Amino acid sequence: MLSVPLVAQVGGTPLETLITKTIDGLALGAIYALLALGFVIIFKATQVLTFAHGAVSAMGAYLVSYFAITLNIPGRWIPDLPVTLQFTLSAVIAIVVAAGIGMALERVFIRPMIGEPLFSIVMITIGLDIVIRTIVGDYIGQGNTVVTGAPWGFLSQWKIGGVIIQHAQVATIIVAIVTVAVLMWFFKSRIGIAMRATAFDQEAAMAQGISAGRIFSLAWAIGAALAVLGGIFAAVPPRALGVSAGTAFFALRAFPAIVIGGLDSIKGAVVGGFIVGMAEVMAGHYLSSVTALGIGFNTVVPYLVMMAVLLVRPHGLYGTVEIRRV
Amino acid sequence: MLEVANLEVVYNDVVLVLRGISIEVPEGEIVALLGANGAGKTTTIRAITGLLDVHEGDITKGRISWKGEAIEKMDPADIVRAGITQVLEGRRIFAEMTVDENLKTGAFTSKSKVSEAAAYDRVMTMFPILADRRSSISGYLSGGEQQMLAMARALMADPELLILDEPSLGLAPKLVQQVKEIIVEINKQGTGVLLIEQNANMALSIAGHGYIMETGKVVMDGASDKLLQDEDVQEFYLGLHVSGERKSFKDIKHYKRRKRWLS
Ligand SMILES: Nc1ncnc2c1ncn2[C@@H]1O[C@H](COP(=O)(O)OP(=O)(O)OP(=O)(O)O)[C@@H](O)[C@H]1O
Ligand SMILES: [Mg+2]
Repeated sequence: MLSVPLVAQVGGTPLETLITKTIDGLALGAIYALLALGFVIIFKATQVLTFAHGAVSAMGAYLVSYFAITLNIPGRWIPDLPVTLQFTLSAVIAIVVAAGIGMALERVFIRPMIGEPLFSIVMITIGLDIVIRTIVGDYIGQGNTVVTGAPWGFLSQWKIGGVIIQHAQVATIIVAIVTVAVLMWFFKSRIGIAMRATAFDQEAAMAQGISAGRIFSLAWAIGAALAVLGGIFAAVPPRALGVSAGTAFFALRAFPAIVIGGLDSIKGAVVGGFIVGMAEVMAGHYLSSVTALGIGFNTVVPYLVMMAVLLVRPHGLYGTVEIRRV
Repeated sequence: MLEVANLEVVYNDVVLVLRGISIEVPEGEIVALLGANGAGKTTTIRAITGLLDVHEGDITKGRISWKGEAIEKMDPADIVRAGITQVLEGRRIFAEMTVDENLKTGAFTSKSKVSEAAAYDRVMTMFPILADRRSSISGYLSGGEQQMLAMARALMADPELLILDEPSLGLAPKLVQQVKEIIVEINKQGTGVLLIEQNANMALSIAGHGYIMETGKVVMDGASDKLLQDEDVQEFYLGLHVSGERKSFKDIKHYKRRKRWLS
């Protein structure tokens, strides 16, 4: 087994270390932000907090590996293209497939539950999570890791003095920024405005001729696509060697980010994602020598931040104070 | 022409609230639908616009036809596309969105950018207040402005029939007057209007024909001027007697609103 550095190797002055760690934190935050955005869009549009997000994320990452490695589609037809580009195209295919699966899940399992107690719907998403995770787990195999390839290399990095920047980190951050920009554009577009309207007042939106059902489908499609996007960066080197049982749990680590941001806020998902990513990385580095805190304390930090934010702002940083229930 | 015939509506499979309503709105006319709180006016509109589902209501009897075609099984979006739009009771603007964005939702069924732009221009001329507030968050508009926005939003779909559910509710007399003038103007431009009101005076002063509902039935209908002359109408709906009577009706209102998602 290759040993993979999960965090950038650090050398150099304290300032250089700080910069290295900041980039690392931003990259991790970008993944959390992508995952959180999917959660929030589904919640905002349909008022359903989905606990199947982690499973969908892992499923998507598995699909990426399936297209990129197993089938080598579309790489087999365009072998001359750089590997990163081939991988990107495979990822796009996987994302489209996952978005379709997201729509199907909504149509089959969630829509019939509309109007039923929220608790029942949440239980359904938990059920979905278990089912999807089990199926994907069977494909992956017990304790296995299914490689996704290494589109941004294993150790490919730039060194500027003592500052280390990994290619994969830059890719993650760029993809997150582009995604946020696309979403901002989307929510100003005709369909995006219709989605916001439906989220705000379903009946009033329907009275304008907006089909609420289609909006729900679309929200789940977008949510699933974002889950996969986050899942990819959680599964590829250097963060991991590929898709494993852990990929599904990774998405759940975005949970504090959503709560910090305020559940129904797009901006909150992004800010929350970056806060959590940064807190986790910084704690991992600067508190690792405080042995009293124990090993792996950094993974607890997001929850501590979450609790601190909730104590001061019970609805998160940007959450709607009165979250309306359907 | 919109025709509602012998309509019966039941909520939650048990509560019968419309007991055989029949109304007609001829093309291009203003028709008033009056009645006290709980009479079933809003329910009638929900039935017409396909929004009963959201409230767990069902049509158990009767027909609704629009231009000769049955619409009682159509979904709300198709009904809007067929030319019927409504301004919901209580305005229901999208408070978090700007004025322009609200108007965009109204144009959701627009067939082309050109027709959307034309509707937008028309609305801006008709509601100059909105023209000044295009990018304001609509939740910060005054009650009167919000009512204008709700009407403007409905007009963005370029309807042939506009249904207004109590547009004067909670507005000062001066604004009621303004709303009234706008309804007349909308109608002049060729749109039919079904006007639901508790303010019978205002409604009958502009409608050609009026219907009066009580507990799920039409108890009286006729030409507006006839209704205005009628003693019972004067007593119960125009408040031309002991004042305070109408106030007591107001308190009956408000069952718990339960929104439902459409499947
Ligand atoms: N979703 C619902 N479930 C059960 N009953 C309902 C529902 N909506 C309305 N009702 C009942 O149906 C009757 C008619 O209500 P509706 O809202 O149609 O009256 P309205 O004439 O519009 O009254 P208002 O002037 O107060 O708006 C009332 O008795 C009301 O309590
Ligand atoms: Mg009503």
